[in-house]
This record gives sequence, structure tokens and C-alpha cells, in this order.
Amino acid sequence: MGKIPNEELLQKLTDKFAGQVTHTGADYGLLTVETSKELIYDVLAYLKTDAALQFIYLTDITAIHYPEQEKQIGVIYHLHSLTTNTRIRLKVFLTLEDLHIPTASTLWDGANWMERETYDFYGVIFDGHPDLRRILNVDDMTVFPMRKEFPLEDPNRIDKKDYFFGR
Amino acid sequence: MQNHPVYTDNDPQTEYSTLNLGPTHPATHGVFQNVLQLDGERIVSGVSTIGYIHRAFEKIAEHRPFYQITPLTDRLNYCSSPINNMGWHMTVEKMLNIQMPKRVDYMRVIIMELARIADHIVCNGVLGVDTGAFTGFLYMMEHREEIYEIYEEICGSRLTTNIGRIGGFERNFNHIAFAKIKKFLVRFPPVLREFEALFNRNRIFVDRTKDVAAVTKEAALSYSWSGPILRATGVDYDVRAMEPYSSYEDFDFEVPVGENGDVYNRFLVRNEEMWQSLRIIEQALAKIEKEPSDIFHADVPAFYLPPKEEVYNNMEALIYHFKIVMGEVETPNAEVYHAVEGANGELGFYLVNDGGRSPYRLHFRRPSFINYQMYAPMSQGMLLSDAIINMSSLNVIAGELDA
Repeated sequence: MGKIPNEELLQKLTDKFAGQVTHTGADYGLLTVETSKELIYDVLAYLKTDAALQFIYLTDITAIHYPEQEKQIGVIYHLHSLTTNTRIRLKVFLTLEDLHIPTASTLWDGANWMERETYDFYGVIFDGHPDLRRILNVDDMTVFPMRKEFPLEDPNRIDKKDYFFGR
Repeated sequence: MQNHPVYTDNDPQTEYSTLNLGPTHPATHGVFQNVLQLDGERIVSGVSTIGYIHRAFEKIAEHRPFYQITPLTDRLNYCSSPINNMGWHMTVEKMLNIQMPKRVDYMRVIIMELARIADHIVCNGVLGVDTGAFTGFLYMMEHREEIYEIYEEICGSRLTTNIGRIGGFERNFNHIAFAKIKKFLVRFPPVLREFEALFNRNRIFVDRTKDVAAVTKEAALSYSWSGPILRATGVDYDVRAMEPYSSYEDFDFEVPVGENGDVYNRFLVRNEEMWQSLRIIEQALAKIEKEPSDIFHADVPAFYLPPKEEVYNNMEALIYHFKIVMGEVETPNAEVYHAVEGANGELGFYLVNDGGRSPYRLHFRRPSFINYQMYAPMSQGMLLSDAIINMSSLNVIAGELDA
């Protein structure tokens, strides 16, 4: 089987989840869709189990932080259909007040640590996760260090400020 | 479940004993900690603790210009850092829509396949050591040294190579480099044959590894395994074949697969991959002969660091040098995922760029991190000595695990 064309894939998703899945781009040929946290589990399960799609391989789960948006934290899934050699990227945006999203670890065992890493760095809470603890950082850390407001180094340091470089 | 190391006075007759395997145990080849509950020598349950050498690469990358991120990738899987370097260069080139000349692609293929061989030499050699056979490891190590000398000839360093640049290579391969590659291609195959003869039908080795830690296809896919350990279960997923990058489509090679995913199959798959890598390097050398010999980078002055002698003598080169070093080059708003077949699995780079001087977000899909996840669950019911061999055969590299 060859690669599923992006249009066909998008059509299938929009047919199944009438209007709830929005197309947000296909940079470099990788179809990107956005959906809501209420629907993400169903979309993932559909993509995994549909006989024609078979996105059985979970490549990655991660997150991103846009401080200027209303929904600041985006959770990003990369799936791969090995039989058709097609990839898809899914995004769900969450507000800082409500960082809950259903876990994907019931669909893929491999999601367990990916979600723990996402929780560790962004504070996204995966509901139903069997063991949601920090994974790379120390257990008693109180911040989520990959968020943009968390500084990389001493914020009082001024020798690297942009105005020294004419920016 | 017990997360922290604990000392218990358990009576071994009636209770399970707790063993802290690691973080600095000589048999684990890296900073790995597993707190195991043991019933005699059998593992009842285990909890992995990771993150001992977490260095926040993803955070650092958000504050670095693109070319300064290459040294960070060195420190992921440091047994085969050129693959990581090339993967990163290709990610940025994909974002910028830069097409590489064929000769550069082939040069990259040579370096990446050499790195794959070096990585597999260490992994399979160490697997031998863990089963009590030191000889194979020492025999093969000499040839990893030859590979490191090739790196040295090309980029000047050995372990953390920082090899190549965005847009090509920093300098052409010289005749000594080519001579060393050719020498390696002559000297290594007999040693690999001898290594296989030493292990493949060795009764002690086969008894120790066959049917140990066997994993089904379904479990491996559910745990998102990739690389040789996934192929050992019988799934023929290899990024080089599925989504060819760096002109891998021009090469004729096979993707070896195993049958039942045990330690022995993983060993065989890695050995066969070394043969395939040798085949690819031979083809690449032949193809390079047909390309113009002075091309070693693409013509992208805005992104490719100019050579130093030009920086000092040529105005344009000086300007580009300044712009690149200060991160003033124009980059698109883009989102790109690029995967390469690392020595232990699919190494992915998820890059979100907002046109600034550094990535807005860079995430490494690290095969070691994802492959290691099954270690504790799969160790249940296993003998402690088998768990050690299982760890060696997973080829988990601490630097990549913890990023």
C-alpha cells in the first residue's frame, strides 16, 4: 500500500468527526490537524484501529508553550502508519487553568513515559495515566521547566542582553 | 512502588529482597538505576529511575542559534554521534528547503554507516563481555578505533564529533580519509566474520541468549520500539528504507529482520546490519568517484559557514560569517519533523521555528528513552543475570536516554 494522500486522510477525519477536527497545515507534507481534548482519545483510537488507516505506531508525544495565546499549552502527537508509510501530527491546545487531557497509554504502552516526560516539563496532566510522576527532573521540583517563563540561566545576568548586539 | 533506593532488613526466607541495580553498577554500562524486588535470583518487579545525567538540551536549544545545536546532538547517543549531527543538519536543511548535491549526500552516508558500525561494534562486543567472552570485544575494538581515526581525519575529533555543517561539510575528505575508509573496508570484514564464527554457534553464548527476553511484534510496536531491537522481533521498519533521506534510495541494501525478538536475534540483526553498512559504504565510494571531487557543500552562503580564509579576505564571506554566528539569518516560520535511522532506532527531530535566531521548540525523539521503557516490565520473572544481558542488548545509551 502506498502513502495515503493528505486530502483523503483529512476527508476521512472530517467525515468521522464532523467539524471537530480542523486542518492547520501540512508543512513539508506532514498533515497537521487540531482537535479538542474531549475528542482526542476518540481520534487517536480511530486512527489506530481503522482498517484502512492503521496508525499503529506512536512516534512521539510532546508539548509546546505559547505564552501569548489564550490556550497556552499545546500537546502534540506524532503517529505513523507503518503499512501505508504515512505520518500525521495531531495537536490539542489547553488553557493553563485546565491542563487535563485523557491519557493515550491505554492505546499504546509506549505513551506512558512520553506522557510522563510531557508532564515533567510542561505540567500537562494526563487523566487515567497509571503512574504520572516526574521522570527526568528531581521529584521535589515545583516548576515545569520547559515553559517559556522559566529562565535558562540567571535572569540578573546582563552581558548577553540583545541591546549589546544592536538587536 | 518504591521510587527511591532503600535499605531493608528483609528476611530472605519469607520476604522479597530489594536490590538497587545501579546507578553506577559496572554491568549496566551507564547511569541506570533499577530498584528490583528479588525472589532469590528471580525478579519479581522493578522500577527504573532515569534522569541522572539530564542536561536540559531541549531548553538550551531554545536559546542557541541553529549551528550551535550540533554539539548538543553529539551528546545524545555518543557512540554514534555523526548520525545525530547529520540528522540535525538534515532537519534544518529540510526546514530551509536546501537540496544537497549528491556527493555531499554520499559523504554523509559513508560517515553515518561508519558510525552505525562503530555503535554496533560496541553493543555486540559488550554483549559478549556480559556473557563471559572478552575476546570478541577486544578484537572488534581495534576496528572501532580505525573508524574513530577516520572521524579524526575528517573533522578532527573522535567521540563528540560535531561533524559537518548545516549545508554540507566543513571541509572535503582528504586522500588520507579515503585511504583510511578503504583500508577499513579491507580489514574489517575478516574480523567481523571471525567475530560471528566466535559467537553465532557458540554453545555457551547461544544458551545464554536464545529465548531470553523474547518480545512479540505486537508488544514491541505498542511500546514504540524502533531500530535493531524492533527488527529483531520481525517488523521490517527501517527509516532508511521507508523514508529515504540523504539519497539512501540510491543504494542497494537489505533490512535484516529477526524472528522472535530475543537477545540472540538482536545480536544477529546487528551483525547483519554491519554487513549491510559495509555494502552501502562500498557503493557510496563507487558513486563518489563519479561526482565532481571538489563539491563538499551546497551553495547556500546565507546558512553555510564560510571557510576561515575567505572570512579574512572576502567582504561577502565576512558578512555571512557575522550574520550566521550572530543568528541574524532569515528563517521561515515552520514546523518540521525529520527522522533518521540512528544506530539504536528512529531518531527524530521535531523543530518548531518562528523565524527567530534559535528554535522556538526543539524536541528530540530519542530511541533510547522510548526503547528503555519496556525494560522494567519485561524483566518481571526473569533471572537477574538475564536482565543484565537484556540491558546490554537493548543498546540504551545514557546520554540519549536522559537528554
